[in-house]
Amino acid sequence: MSLLHLAILLPFIAAVIVPFLFKGFRSIHTGWFVLLVPLALFIYFIQYMPVTSSGQTVSKTFEWIPSLGINFTAYVDGLGLLFALLITGIGSLVVLYSIYYLAKEKEALHNFYVYLLMFMGAMLGVVLSDNLIVLYMFWEFTSISSFLLIGYWYDKERSRYGAQKSMLITVFGGLSMLGGIVLLYIMGGTFSIRELIGMSGELMADPLFLFAMILILLGAFTKSAQFPFHVWLPDAMEAPTPVSAYLHSATMVKAGIYLVARMSPVFAESGVWLWLVAGFGIFTLFWGSFNAVKQTDLKGILAFSTVSQLGLIMSLLGLGAAALHFDTLDENMYMTATIAAVFHLINHATFKGSLFMMAGIVDHETGTRDIRKLGGLVNLMPITFTIAIIGSFSMAGLPPFNGFLSKEMFLTGMISVFELDLFNLNTWGILFPVLAWIASVFTFIYSIMLVFKTFLGKPQFDKLPKKPHEAPIGMLISPLVLVTLVVVFGFFPNLLSNTMIKPAVEAILPSLPAAGQEVYVDIYFWHGFTPELFMTLGIILTGTLMYATLAKWQGVYNRIPERFTINGFYDRGLDGSESGSFKLNEFFMTGYMRSYLIYIFAFFVAILLSTLTVSDAFVIDTSNLAEIRIYEVVLAIVLIAGAITILFAKSRLTSIVLLGVVGYSVALFFVFFRAPDLALTQLVIETVSVALFLLCFYHLPEISRKEERMKFKMGNAVISILVGLTVTLIGIASFSNSQSFESISQYHIDNVYELAAGGNMVNVILVDFRGFDTLFEICVLGIAALGIYAMVNFRGVRREKR
Amino acid sequence: MKNKPNDLILQTVTTMISFIIILFSIHLFFAGHYTPGGGFIGGLMTAAALVLLLLAYDIKTLNTILPFNFRMMTAAGLLIAVLTGAGALLFNQPFLTHAYDYFELPLLGETSLHTAVLFDIGVYLVVIGVTMTIIQTIGESE
Repeated sequence: MSLLHLAILLPFIAAVIVPFLFKGFRSIHTGWFVLLVPLALFIYFIQYMPVTSSGQTVSKTFEWIPSLGINFTAYVDGLGLLFALLITGIGSLVVLYSIYYLAKEKEALHNFYVYLLMFMGAMLGVVLSDNLIVLYMFWEFTSISSFLLIGYWYDKERSRYGAQKSMLITVFGGLSMLGGIVLLYIMGGTFSIRELIGMSGELMADPLFLFAMILILLGAFTKSAQFPFHVWLPDAMEAPTPVSAYLHSATMVKAGIYLVARMSPVFAESGVWLWLVAGFGIFTLFWGSFNAVKQTDLKGILAFSTVSQLGLIMSLLGLGAAALHFDTLDENMYMTATIAAVFHLINHATFKGSLFMMAGIVDHETGTRDIRKLGGLVNLMPITFTIAIIGSFSMAGLPPFNGFLSKEMFLTGMISVFELDLFNLNTWGILFPVLAWIASVFTFIYSIMLVFKTFLGKPQFDKLPKKPHEAPIGMLISPLVLVTLVVVFGFFPNLLSNTMIKPAVEAILPSLPAAGQEVYVDIYFWHGFTPELFMTLGIILTGTLMYATLAKWQGVYNRIPERFTINGFYDRGLDGSESGSFKLNEFFMTGYMRSYLIYIFAFFVAILLSTLTVSDAFVIDTSNLAEIRIYEVVLAIVLIAGAITILFAKSRLTSIVLLGVVGYSVALFFVFFRAPDLALTQLVIETVSVALFLLCFYHLPEISRKEERMKFKMGNAVISILVGLTVTLIGIASFSNSQSFESISQYHIDNVYELAAGGNMVNVILVDFRGFDTLFEICVLGIAALGIYAMVNFRGVRREKR
Repeated sequence: MKNKPNDLILQTVTTMISFIIILFSIHLFFAGHYTPGGGFIGGLMTAAALVLLLLAYDIKTLNTILPFNFRMMTAAGLLIAVLTGAGALLFNQPFLTHAYDYFELPLLGETSLHTAVLFDIGVYLVVIGVTMTIIQTIGESE
């Protein structure tokens, strides 16, 4: 276990200590202690920057389950480091912000920070592990911690609804991804991403390749809220705002993007990949921005805008895959798409993080996030207004902010589709720039709405629950840091070029710079009068016009009936599956033991008889039979007579005694066939269980004499006869087959003293050779006892509740 | 158990016999590694002795004679069995690998000590605990 592993696990370790800090130091906000963790990790990870920017990688392996090929391999390259810095950097700012956002007197901070740290550790694990199973484990951890954080105010119904929705959708994706991982393992024989990348050519020829790709993409799309799985993200906004800023805009939702980027070298040569990733991405971009305009909640706008921006990055990654089909790097303009994706990823984290924090401030200081009630805040909250205007102008793609640069590059990438004579892109590909342009218009509209409706316009302070005022300085630091970055990256984008973007792009497209070339990243403002520039101008003009006439065309949104929305589909699906499974359950879970016994025995007969027939195992071999002695005949007669008489017994006491007769006869059989251990066990068991039966029946109500005879039931009779027949046939068959393979008894006879130093083979098998069986058996016994204890002692409680 | 007849003969005999059964069950338990017996049979035999006590007297009497919480006994037995198995991990052996050696003990002379006995104690306790929990629960309920 190296320092790198400890760094990944540090948040988990800290999460264990947090509740004690919360209890022990009530006067200090727990956030101050937590802040140290991401800060320390950020400083630690920034030391890796010279390593990755010189093109090297760091890999440390900790053997976890080597026999299954599951090792915790921490792997730092440009892409992983970029994410690690985002996670720890934004993490520090968010924790700082949350100190002022969540009051230490009212909130359950120990829960909050435990979940947050758990998430941080999980996210670091996702982006820094090379082993797919380890990645999957951390991946699910992020889903769980997101679930817990959305449901943080669990007394609110909407929070619980949002938490469940995000959990169901992301875990569905996670499980699909696990399926994809298993398929990859079947094809490549390894869980290591780097080894899989090495054999991507062979993988492509495999018939399972397409299934693996779709399953992995399902995981990425659900996590990154791509259409039609985006519905969970707007509902996740019930989480406290620092969480929305952190998980649901800057980091967790980018895990899907990370996965697509990371798996690109394995899948990207395929045209299906390009179409799926770019297609879903561009449609999500359009759909998210289109829906953002109709929202009235500040966080709702931001949620749909996040959906849309994630789609933008996704579509760029998809188109970037086209770069793999062109050998020379110089004229490779598809490289631009990947560079733009990475650049926009960073930019989005800065401006969207600051906007979320801005929304949180507005909510905190005015008591509402509804833009219909807000307005005219500019004079009261000048600093927050500055943050909002820089953030949203960057999001709208206006110069001189970083959003303008990545938006231009995005448009370049989309236009380049025309020149691509690959996978039919030159025909249907026209949709890419068109959708991109329309989406950008809507992006412009909602960005403007965000600022103008909140801060400008007529003040209507009487509608606000609180008297508005500027936020405390502590709450402003984090968004101010972020908007400073927005401006700095806007003016000096090349600060990032060689340190962050180039190593990340090289990690996404590792096969390209192989020919002695380097990825060349240079980002600048003025490209001349290019189509991109005219597109941007068109966006600004159309956007302004449409914003001005918003009231006239807003009715469009009411055209889609609730029934046909994806949310409606989700809700009905959930209700349907609940009532459906309830009905199914009601259908066969009758509550009567006799029905269950019929299921069990019918299944027993069906499965064993069919196995016996299919494997053609039934033979009768009488060659090796022992002589039948008179004792055995007598005993068998007693046994059968006892068993049959039970059916006709008139009183319970008689039945119990007869059952005892059957059990003791079997014990005597064991004596005859020289199995003293079995005989002993059977005798004692029989004694104890007769006592037990007596006790049980003692408590049963007295039943009248008339009903004591059970009625004859044909179905039951058939099943009992079949069970008897099955057991007999299997007994005969297994005896007759015993010559066809070597018995294991000889091994036990040979080793009972050699290996286990024992003399009694049965007991040595129980405690040593097959100790696991015994261990599980006593577990089952314990569970059964607890079950009986609970059923008997708590039955009254339940009845009272009903 | 209500309205129990005062069964003097059964009670007198039980007081003596149950001790003999318990002693025998302990013998069975230790003899298990070489001759018929072992934790399972030993535990059942002890439980049978307790059931006999229960039948001759009643649950209250049994609880005063043996004030055990049998559910805890089950848990303790499971814990012992699992820890014995896990002990092997400390010596870098697979789970549930047993070890034994021969020791010179006072009074007993040369004796083989075996970790399987520890495991078997777990089994023994679980079997008694489970049997008694079930019988007590059903017997006590009204």
